[in-house]
Amino acid sequence: MDHVRPVPDGAPQGVPSGGDAARLADLLRQAALGDERAFAEFYDATSARAYGLALRVVRNPAHAEEVTQEAYLDAWRSSTRYDSARGSAAGWLLTIVHRKAVDRVRSVEAATTRDETWNRETAPVDHDQTSEAAQASLEAARVRNAVATLTDVQRRAVELTYFGGYTHTEVATLLDVPLGTAKTRIRDGLIRLRDLMGVAS
Amino acid sequence: MSDLHKLTGAYAMDALDDLERARFEQHLAQCEDCRAEVAELRETAALLSETVATAPPAALRESVLAGITHIRPMAPEVPQPAPTPLADTTAGRGRGWMPFLVAAALALFVGIGAMVSQPWSDDDQVTQLTAAEEVLQAPDAEEVFLDLGEAGRATVVRSKSEDRAVISTEDMVSAPEGKAYELWFISGGEFTSAGLMPDAPDQTVVLEGSAAEAAAIGITVEPESGSEQPTTDPIAVFDLTEAA
Repeated sequence: MDHVRPVPDGAPQGVPSGGDAARLADLLRQAALGDERAFAEFYDATSARAYGLALRVVRNPAHAEEVTQEAYLDAWRSSTRYDSARGSAAGWLLTIVHRKAVDRVRSVEAATTRDETWNRETAPVDHDQTSEAAQASLEAARVRNAVATLTDVQRRAVELTYFGGYTHTEVATLLDVPLGTAKTRIRDGLIRLRDLMGVAS
Repeated sequence: MSDLHKLTGAYAMDALDDLERARFEQHLAQCEDCRAEVAELRETAALLSETVATAPPAALRESVLAGITHIRPMAPEVPQPAPTPLADTTAGRGRGWMPFLVAAALALFVGIGAMVSQPWSDDDQVTQLTAAEEVLQAPDAEEVFLDLGEAGRATVVRSKSEDRAVISTEDMVSAPEGKAYELWFISGGEFTSAGLMPDAPDQTVVLEGSAAEAAAIGITVEPESGSEQPTTDPIAVFDLTEAA
């Protein structure tokens, strides 16, 4: 299932999230019954997002690989607990990946290193650095368009939180806004994205 | 309360520190609106990963697929008439989607108690004080009590001047088969092991290591031999910043 992999030549193959969601949930259900081939297919359909997210948060490719591997092993182990009524299979997996990636940066990297890395990489072009290949994805374009409608503070708050792995207290300090403001911007930003992207419970 | 509702976004993106998370999970267990919002916001946040998708090295696929052949998918959740909190906690590890319910169900009742407690002091008795007694009787002793529900009750007393902390338990249930309770000093999101708790319902244990700087003390369920870092979410967190 290579269709969700980044396409090097830029041909827009897209990531059909709608129909994809049911198929992924189904693969995970089969995996829960011990079907390793179904899990391999699940991996193929999600690994670019999982690895890309881990890489974006932890920065170090070797660490990103470890984080991604741990997340998939966890997903396999707990596939029996996945409930499609509570959310998409990709969302479920990426929640696990993000949690592990954030745990990793917080415990392993010194805060100073992260600051430097972040500052270096948060120039205006920031999403494009780790993922030129991902440009081809239609879904990515949709997400990017939605992100572009956020206010500056909302966008930064969301990105520092999700990709930077910072706590909301740290985000408040980085953006030099009161804690209450950071909290609100993080939530408002996500809610706006939710509405634009049509995410329903 | 209204303030807690606003943490859904930060929680959905793992942007709370350990203590905030513990408190918010406690709130989530009771707030259906926040649970629904967290689910949606997590889903939304996950979409952001589309913009950074990157093909992983081929070797990763091999190791993941080799790894799963050695792991059995855990037993599914089956409706239980009266699950005990502890069994629920260990079984719930790795549940992924809503692990907070499990943690919240067991404990994470962050107690606030600033009482200076000297329960065992006795002026007439001039004897060698044990290490535990020195902490309990220190003039700057800070105490935090936690009711762990069916799992028992526990009190942590910390003295900065003694640089030690002591935990006393009452009716504490045993850790699950093959597991032990491990104590941790928590400071700035870092966990430092403070030793394993002997398996006894009522006991007073001096934590191993320097206690003065700890912001909190946590208990996790670990393999019998202990872990260098927690491998499960804490079943209890004693917030010492509120006790000061």
